[in-house]
Amino acid sequence: MRVLLVDDEIELVSTLAERLTLRGFQVDWFAAPLDALAAVRDNPYDVAVLDVKIPKMGGLELKKEMERLQPKLRFIFMTGHGSLEDFEAGVDEAGAGFYLVKPVNIEVLTEKIRQLSAEEGNHP
Amino acid sequence: MQLMSIFKPKFWDYEDVAAGPFKHLFNFRRIWKQTVFLTLAVTLSPLIFMAAIDYRVSREAIDTDIQLRTARLVSNTRRSVTFFLEERKSALSYVTHDNLLEDIMSHERLADILEHLKHSFGGFTDLGAIDERGIQKAYAGPYQLEGVDYSQEQWYREVLERGSFVSDVFLGVRQTPHFVIAIRCHCPTGLPYVLRATIDTDKFNDLFAGLDVAGHGDVFIINRRGILQTASHTYGAVLDPVPLPVPPFSERSEVIDTADLDLNPTVIGYAYIEDTPFILMICKNKRELMLPWKATQLEILMFLTVSVVAILLVILWGASFLVSRIHDADQKRVATLHQVEYSNKMASIGRLAAGVAHEINNPLAVINEKAGLIKDLFLLKESYAADEKLLGLLDSIIKSVERCGAITRRLLGFARHMGGPPSIQRIEIKDVIHEVLGLLGKEASYRAIEVSVDVPDNLPGIESDLGKIQQVLINLLNNAFAAVSDGGHITVKVRKLDEYLAVAVVDDGCGIPEADRKRIFEPFFSTKTTRGGTGLGLSITYGLIKDLGGEVQVESELGQGTTFTVTLPLVRKPEKGSDNACSVGG
Repeated sequence: MRVLLVDDEIELVSTLAERLTLRGFQVDWFAAPLDALAAVRDNPYDVAVLDVKIPKMGGLELKKEMERLQPKLRFIFMTGHGSLEDFEAGVDEAGAGFYLVKPVNIEVLTEKIRQLSAEEGNHP
Repeated sequence: MQLMSIFKPKFWDYEDVAAGPFKHLFNFRRIWKQTVFLTLAVTLSPLIFMAAIDYRVSREAIDTDIQLRTARLVSNTRRSVTFFLEERKSALSYVTHDNLLEDIMSHERLADILEHLKHSFGGFTDLGAIDERGIQKAYAGPYQLEGVDYSQEQWYREVLERGSFVSDVFLGVRQTPHFVIAIRCHCPTGLPYVLRATIDTDKFNDLFAGLDVAGHGDVFIINRRGILQTASHTYGAVLDPVPLPVPPFSERSEVIDTADLDLNPTVIGYAYIEDTPFILMICKNKRELMLPWKATQLEILMFLTVSVVAILLVILWGASFLVSRIHDADQKRVATLHQVEYSNKMASIGRLAAGVAHEINNPLAVINEKAGLIKDLFLLKESYAADEKLLGLLDSIIKSVERCGAITRRLLGFARHMGGPPSIQRIEIKDVIHEVLGLLGKEASYRAIEVSVDVPDNLPGIESDLGKIQQVLINLLNNAFAAVSDGGHITVKVRKLDEYLAVAVVDDGCGIPEADRKRIFEPFFSTKTTRGGTGLGLSITYGLIKDLGGEVQVESELGQGTTFTVTLPLVRKPEKGSDNACSVGG
């Protein structure tokens, strides 16, 4: 199960990647959105976990770009609480999505990734 | 003082401390004084000026009138007196022409003539004929005066020289006042002789009695040495000296203003009577003469006083009313200014809190992941997995991070509603109360204050502005915290009343004195000024509650505690005048 992690906080994203790896996921992590896009272009992923606020390109915009490249890719968003409302408004425009509030609970995150990839697996 | 406090307008002792130095626009006391003095000046000065002019002009007129009347009376009386004397002189002269010298020098004939004179003219007492040597040759009258030698007498020489003579008044043997008239005649041989008659002054008195003199007037005659020649009501009997200076000689009737012995203002009219020692005097009490004028002046003065008092009252009331209106408007301005400052401050605090929460949230997430990773790694290695102490430490770190996360989330939740634009949403009042108490919980536990919440479970949600409700609750709870002593009790009660929710914050603190209770919602009213209170908390709370369409009531008992009850509508009504409210600030 391949998971893509994008967050500008390297300490956070690298540690999270390691913890997910320990839980049996194949994880690639990026701090820069363009690198992440490049990776999506070359490799198939099941789930992408994105920070809402990424420098240079917002999480939602990144999601659109990635969806264009891999329409079957599923998304999970991480957010600071303060921007939740703005995010919800954005999500309504951009369609369905799932979000977690930082600091995230790893068990909730793994459960969600498994759930989404299973849905993806059921997809034709 | 009590009376003063009734009439003293509110702005009198107002000091715009709250606005801060150089921020106040008006000095109300000065505006009031300027208004009052300026209006008083323009209204009263013409009035008083006119009254003063009228006083002066009418006084001058009445003075002139008195002088003219007196002068006329003196003139007329002098004419009468002169005529009286001339008449008697003419009578004597007629006697000398109508009778032969021998007849005049005979006692019998003279007695006849005296009888005729008494009968025709009156006033004659005796009659005597004196020859050129000064010897009284014949005499008709009550005494035996024939043969008396007058040659050395002053009057005799005077009559020979001037042709006629009128003497001063004297009492004589009979103690009745009379005077002498003598005229010089010439006998056929050319030698002079003198006809002399004594006249009773009663005739003068008759003459004066007929006069109608205003102002307790007194008419009398004095001689040139100031001795009364006729009796005076005021100055005494005949031959008493008059306690007035002898007026200076004048050919015409004169009037002078002077004062008598008792310093009463007196008008004296006088006239010297020609060829006699007599001076006719008419004295009038000026005070009496001025009485009618004074009555008029009193009426004018009373009218003036009533007008001045009325103008004064109207001006004082008007100035107080207008300045009070300015004061009220200014109070509103300052309060609005402070509301705007307050919401700006709240917005700043909100932004600051949000920034801080965000900044803390990121390292918090890192700590969370790092600790989580360590735990993951430990669980994988058997040697560590059995070490409960290490795992316990890690769990405690992760729990602390979760607690911090809850705090930052709550802070962000508040910050989002502070000072921002109004956002109406469905609110569960119970959640809001618990959220607010979550923020204040630490202070409560430090000070051992027992905070209880009494909210029924079946309450409906309300449509309202979450941020404002939070601020109202925070302000009321802060007040309650300030009022109770350590170990006190605070209860938040909620009840449903028809279309409203009533939220009561009850404390058992120091209470609010009756006198202050009416004023606690006024801006800048504070009993905590020395402890950093601005006096704005409750005023702003009041404003917020009004914005929410609610009401607030306060019940308090000194020493027992205070209950603030806020009633909020379940459904928000459309706001009135919101256009104005929104345009303030910026």
